Amino acid sequence: MIHFENVGLRYGMGPEILRDMTFDIPKRSFQFLTGPSGAGKTTLLRLLFMSLNPTRGIIRMFGRDLSQIPRDEFPMLRRRVGIVFQDFRLLDHLTTYENVALPLRVRGKEEASYRNDVIDLLKWVGLGERINVLPPVLSGGEKQRAAIARALMDRPEILLADEPTGNVDPPMARRLLSLFMELNRLGTAVVIATHDLALMDQIDARRMILTEGRLDIYE
Amino acid sequence: MNEVSRANQPAASQTGQGEADRRSGNQPRRAEMRVRPTAPILPPSNIQGNALMVVIAIMAFLACLTLGAVSMVRTTAAGWQSQISREITIQIKPDDGLDMDAALVKARDLALTFVGTRSGTIMDDAATARLLEPWLGADLQLDELPVPRLVIVTIDESNPPDFAAMRDLLKTEVPQAFLDDHRTWVDRLVSMARTTVWIGTGVLILVFTAMILTVIFATRGALSGNRHIVEVLHFVGAERGFVAREFQKHFLRISLKGSAIGGALAAFLFATANVWQSSSRATPESEQAMALFGSFSIGWSGYLGIFATMIVIALLTTVTARFTVMRTIDEIDLVRSDPSRSDGLPPS
Repeated sequence: MIHFENVGLRYGMGPEILRDMTFDIPKRSFQFLTGPSGAGKTTLLRLLFMSLNPTRGIIRMFGRDLSQIPRDEFPMLRRRVGIVFQDFRLLDHLTTYENVALPLRVRGKEEASYRNDVIDLLKWVGLGERINVLPPVLSGGEKQRAAIARALMDRPEILLADEPTGNVDPPMARRLLSLFMELNRLGTAVVIATHDLALMDQIDARRMILTEGRLDIYE
Repeated sequence: MNEVSRANQPAASQTGQGEADRRSGNQPRRAEMRVRPTAPILPPSNIQGNALMVVIAIMAFLACLTLGAVSMVRTTAAGWQSQISREITIQIKPDDGLDMDAALVKARDLALTFVGTRSGTIMDDAATARLLEPWLGADLQLDELPVPRLVIVTIDESNPPDFAAMRDLLKTEVPQAFLDDHRTWVDRLVSMARTTVWIGTGVLILVFTAMILTVIFATRGALSGNRHIVEVLHFVGAERGFVAREFQKHFLRISLKGSAIGGALAAFLFATANVWQSSSRATPESEQAMALFGSFSIGWSGYLGIFATMIVIALLTTVTARFTVMRTIDEIDLVRSDPSRSDGLPPS
């Protein structure tokens, strides 16, 4: 589904942050992306989310070479990728329901056509009682789940999550992990960027370990 | 895409269950789930938005006020010019053996033979005495003094007579006659009126330029507080056109409110001044104001100008919002194509 070949990235004239990345993210796969702080996890996620272009190498997503895609087509590709930002990026003036419905709204869909689906998804992530609440009132775990629900709303083929358990306590972290596993079981590929070893030890999944810009993969 | 459709199976199955509940007559739990009417993607009012509305209202008020004032000055200046050039004067100097009354009648009749003249009035003894009273005192005996006499001829402004020919004819027929077409005065007044209108237009251009710049910068300032919304919309897959349209709608509402308040206030001010002037006509205060500013009436064209100014401000704000949003998205894309512009994001 996603293929990186000899990908490298540097900021300006600085050293390469990421070097010689060659890997695949298969359909329906589940992997952790880990490594020490400053190793380049967020940068790699941004490459996966098409918010950065590599300075060398080739990235193919859904069978298409990203360097050959016109700019206007990127929104269509982004719709196939769900992302959960480390800082959630929920809009504070919209309710949980409206935040989660945002991806469908920007596609021009009528509210009546998705209202029930949004409510069902919110129930599925355990926010059934927090539908009309504004994000500033939500706890860290609730915000995280709202951000996950938003990323899932348009049924992406791959979900990228940046430190999804960074702001929650261990029980909530386990609950979120179950959510990701359930999602993966239903067919969505999942990439979780984390440096939470305890979280990774809970399941036997593929590990992509970034060290000083180089990637080692443990199947 | 099979796995995609499966991704939300729990959601889909629950939806199906809800439908089944409804069909079987059970009260579905979802009926209790009420969501508020969907809020606009941009917060309807925030500090930046309100501040922008106030700025737009103030600038619209000032621009409309200047527009009205310039239109007033233009009308007054045109009035000066018109009133003076509507008349010409034939002056006849006394001379030995000249029959003044006959000369006056002859001069008037000669003038009226020209196409473009309308009527001729000989200023009689009483009127001439009144004219000279401030200098020579009352009870003036005109026969005792060699006082020049006047014939006032009104002319058709749109089709004035040939002044040079009239002057030549008068010189031949009544050598003591001197034709004053007020050209010197008219020229001076025209030049003064033009200068006044030019100054007014200059002030109008300055105020409009200030208004345009203020509105552009205030809009961009208000937008900078919404950059995170642009980013979120961009990352959830919104197309450029969609994001731009949302911001345009939002800023059009703000600017229409602001410019309507400012424009209406200016129009109200002119209307009130006009009503005051009409109701207090012939009082010393009104005469003074009339002498200083002319009539406060700005006419339909003035009100139309105020309306046009409001529309211009609204369009300006909307277009600025569109361009700024487009540029913000371009910047996000620029970061994609040139990672060194990455806003200092830590490469963690």
